[in-house]
Amino acid sequence: MKTNENISREHLEYLKGKKKNKVFITIARIMVIVVFFALWEILADLEVIDSFLMSSPSRIIKTTADLIKSGTLYTHIRTTLYETIMGFLIATAVGTVFALMMWWSETFRKISEPYIIVLNSLPKIALGPIIIVWFGSGTKSIIFMTFLVTVIITIITMLNGFMACDENKIMLLKSMGANKFQILVRLVLPSSIPTFISCLKINVGMAWIGSIMGEYLSSKEGIGYLIVYGGQVFKLDLVMASTVILCILAGVMYALVALLEKILVKK
Amino acid sequence: MNEILKLDGIGLSYHTSQGEIHALENISFNVEKGEFIAIIGPSGCGKTSVLSIIAGLLKASSGKVIFNGKELTKPDNSIGYMLQRDELFPWRTIEKNAVLPLVIKRDKEPIKRKNVEELLKKYGLWDFRNSYPDQLSGGMRQRAALIRTLACSPELLLLDEPFSALDYQTRLSVCDDVYSIIKNENKTAVLVTHDISEAIAMADRIVVLGKRPSKVVNMHILDTDKSLSPLKRREGPEFGKWFEHIWRELSNENQ
Repeated sequence: MKTNENISREHLEYLKGKKKNKVFITIARIMVIVVFFALWEILADLEVIDSFLMSSPSRIIKTTADLIKSGTLYTHIRTTLYETIMGFLIATAVGTVFALMMWWSETFRKISEPYIIVLNSLPKIALGPIIIVWFGSGTKSIIFMTFLVTVIITIITMLNGFMACDENKIMLLKSMGANKFQILVRLVLPSSIPTFISCLKINVGMAWIGSIMGEYLSSKEGIGYLIVYGGQVFKLDLVMASTVILCILAGVMYALVALLEKILVKK
Repeated sequence: MNEILKLDGIGLSYHTSQGEIHALENISFNVEKGEFIAIIGPSGCGKTSVLSIIAGLLKASSGKVIFNGKELTKPDNSIGYMLQRDELFPWRTIEKNAVLPLVIKRDKEPIKRKNVEELLKKYGLWDFRNSYPDQLSGGMRQRAALIRTLACSPELLLLDEPFSALDYQTRLSVCDDVYSIIKNENKTAVLVTHDISEAIAMADRIVVLGKRPSKVVNMHILDTDKSLSPLKRREGPEFGKWFEHIWRELSNENQ
């Protein structure tokens, strides 16, 4: 049914309808944001809302342009990206290895489980003052905060993935005489790739929470710093512009993980 | 007599915090070279445990398993285990699935690889060697699983309800398929099933197990025509007789 002549009219209608729906969804998505910003701008222009408190799209663009001109925007983005990505990478690596150790040894798993659960429920920001005392105020503290926020959820997600491995397949490998390391490499790791990808997706969000929260606590530069600073000096234009930039950065990072998924999960 | 496998007074008990469960009690039978044995019994009687013990995956609480004159304590290279589902790894191609036992045993002998290639060719999977399992039908997947089991040239095959995950139509044809491959390759096989007709259609001898703690209740040497395929055997006059006999035996056990 792949050649054009063979397609029935009914099927053609179906394909057309499907495409139409897709186009509609895309247009609607764009419209939501266009209408939102347009309404915001118009209402600010008509002074229905106070643009000093609410800012406006044109002011956001102007503020962003000023930041780019002065050259500081690049520094702030670089700082925050560095903290977020470092925290993300370290937490993903450490969390995955820790989950592997918990999979490997049942005793280790049972001993560490209650601590993981308590640490998971603990709001990590409560540790902020301790982190600052230990690591000083700056990049190191913020990376550690990002790491803390991200690592526990990595351990929990990855361990669930490893433990969900099909018992029958493990038995099959054992009947072939496989040792634990072979079961890990041949079966558990490859079957956990989908879990790993969804873990990465969760971690993108968690890492941003960690780094911005860290910058709120103590920082001299970064997007989170800009937002706090803007709030303190009542420059809502700066707060809004930084938030928009943050949305773009987080979206791009998520898109990169989605791209990685396409490469890793063939077919 | 050319005995390949002997179970000598096998017993098995599980320990849980609620207490001790006796699953198997004094199970003894032997298997001749080239023979096809079916083990049948009420559900939950521990049929699969018997296979796991022979495969070296489970340690019997008492008794011994003698394989080729030696006592078995761990998984043996000459025993191949086939499970209920094909358990092919979805991220490996058919050929890579088929050579998995060689990979696990780090067996790099070219002859063994060649042997797998021959099997794939002989049993119609060569054209699909680079396909992934989810691109194949249930019957073909089961055949691929059998070739994987044969990759190490085992002498003894353990089949744990290998057709139970298939629909009835496929089941009958895959049953014929698997039987002819096993006979072609001159293998000895122990089949575990709860399906009486399947046992009668495939086996030379049937071991009937009772309910827990299960013992060998009876042993039947079937007088079916072994030159026929399992599907054809179902049409023979002996088939109905045996079916009724074993069915009655199992229902008595269930009371």
